[in-house]
Amino acid sequence: MNKFYLSSLLAVFVLALIAWVGGPSAPWLFGIVLPYLAVILFVYGVARRVMGWSRSAVPFAIPTTGGQQRSMPWIKQNKIDNPSTHLGVFIRMALEILTFRSLFRNTRMKMTHEGRFSYNLEIFLWLGAIAFHYAFLTTLVRHMRFFLEPVPLCIQAIEAVDSFFRFEISYDAIQFGLPGVYISGIVLLAAVVYLFLRRLFIAKVRYISLAQDYFPLFLIMGIAFTGILMRYFTKVDIAAIKELTMSLVTFKALSFKVPQGIGPLFYVHLAFVSTLLIYFPFSKLMHMGGVFLSPTRNLAANTREVRHVNPWNYPVKVHTYEAYENEFRDKMVEAGLPVDKMPEESAEEEKE
Amino acid sequence: MNDKKWIVLGLLIFMALFLSPFLYNVVTGAKAAPMPEVVLTEKAKAAKQCVMPTEFMRTEHMQLLDEWRLKVVRSGLRDFTNTEGKTFNMSLSNTCMDCHSNKADFCDRCHNYASVKPYCWDCHIDNPQGETK
Repeated sequence: MNKFYLSSLLAVFVLALIAWVGGPSAPWLFGIVLPYLAVILFVYGVARRVMGWSRSAVPFAIPTTGGQQRSMPWIKQNKIDNPSTHLGVFIRMALEILTFRSLFRNTRMKMTHEGRFSYNLEIFLWLGAIAFHYAFLTTLVRHMRFFLEPVPLCIQAIEAVDSFFRFEISYDAIQFGLPGVYISGIVLLAAVVYLFLRRLFIAKVRYISLAQDYFPLFLIMGIAFTGILMRYFTKVDIAAIKELTMSLVTFKALSFKVPQGIGPLFYVHLAFVSTLLIYFPFSKLMHMGGVFLSPTRNLAANTREVRHVNPWNYPVKVHTYEAYENEFRDKMVEAGLPVDKMPEESAEEEKE
Repeated sequence: MNDKKWIVLGLLIFMALFLSPFLYNVVTGAKAAPMPEVVLTEKAKAAKQCVMPTEFMRTEHMQLLDEWRLKVVRSGLRDFTNTEGKTFNMSLSNTCMDCHSNKADFCDRCHNYASVKPYCWDCHIDNPQGETK
C-alpha cells in the first residue's frame, strides 16, 4: 500500500461521485459552467506557463551530442543525432516529438551473474508511451464529431479507420460491439493501465513515483473507462449530448437548457475531462509544450563554429584592457610593465 | 537571436488548434444545431409505443437489433416478447420498418447528426415496403 497512489485513486473516485450525484441535479453547473471554466483555465494556464519559459535564460549551448559532431570533411557526421544545421535540428526535433526517439533508446542497467554490468534495451516504456499518446490523439480528434455540425469528411474518415476492426461479441448473456468498436479507445485504456502497472510493480519506478504521477494516470483511466462504458455498455442519449456540446462551442449555452436525457455517467466523463484540462497547466503534463523547448534537443551542436550568446543578456558594462591600459599606461611604463602601445614620447625616444 | 517570437508563434498555433471547434463555429456562424426531430409516420403515431419504451429505444436500439439478429440468425427464433407481454416478430424489415418506413427522416437524421454509420443497410434494403418516396 502506498499513500501516493491511494490518495490519487481516492481523489478520482470522489470526483466521479460528485459528478455522478451533482451532474443530473445541477446540469447547468456540471454541463456548462465547469467545461467553460476548464477551457479558460487551460488556455490561460498553458499560455502563462509557456510565456514564462520564453523568458528564461539559455546561458549555454547544451545540446546532447548523440553521435559524431561535425568535424573534418573526411569524418562522417551524424547529422541527426548531432545536428549542426537548422535542418538537422528540425529533423531531430520532429523525430523526438513524433516518435519519442530518446525514449526509444532507453536502456536498463543490469548486473549479470558474473558480477558485470550490462545495458539492455528497455523498449516497453516507449511502446506503452507511443500507444498511449497516439491513441489519445485519435480519440481527441474523433471527438470533434460532437463539436462540428455537419461533421466534416476528414473526421468521418478518421472514425471509419478507427472502427476498421469490426469485432463483436454476441451471446444471449453478453452483447458487445455495436456501435462499432473504436480501436483507439481500447488501446488508450490498455496503454494507460500498463503505464500505471509499470509504476506499481517495478520497484525502482515505484520508488520515484509520487501522487502527481499517479493522479493523471487515474484521471485518464477514468476518462477512457467512462467513455467505453457509455459507448458499449450503459448507453447514453448521444443526440442529446451533441445538442449540449454544440451549444457549448457555438456560445449558445448560456441561454440554453441542458437536455434532460443525459445520463449521470456522461457528467462523470465530462468532469474528468474538465479536471484534466484544469490540472494540465500546473502539472507534469506540460511536457506537451516543454518537449519543444528543451535546449538539449533544440539547439544546434555547432559550439565550435558559432559562439552562443545568451539572447537574454542585458548589456553589461565592461572595462576593456585597452581602456585599462589607456588609463594606467604611464604608471605601467614607470613600473616597467609591458604595454601594448608605448606612450608617444617614449616611442620617439626609442627611434632616436 | 531571441527565440521569443517563435515560441509565441508556436503557442498561437497550438491555441488555434485547441480552440478550433469554437473558432470554426464562430467563423462559419453556425447555429446551435439542436437535436434533429425524427419524423413519425402515421402508423408509428397510431401505435403510440415502439416494441420497448421510447427512452430505451433511443439509447439501446442498436443493442436490441443486435440481439434480434443473433436470435433469428443463430437460433431461428422469431418471437420477441417485450416487458409488457406483447409479442413481436423480430425483423428489421417487417417489424421496425413497418412503422418507421421513412428511413431518411427517421433513422438517418440522428445517425447523420452523430456521425454514425450503421451497417444495417449493407444487407437490408432501406425501403422494404416498396412504398413510393
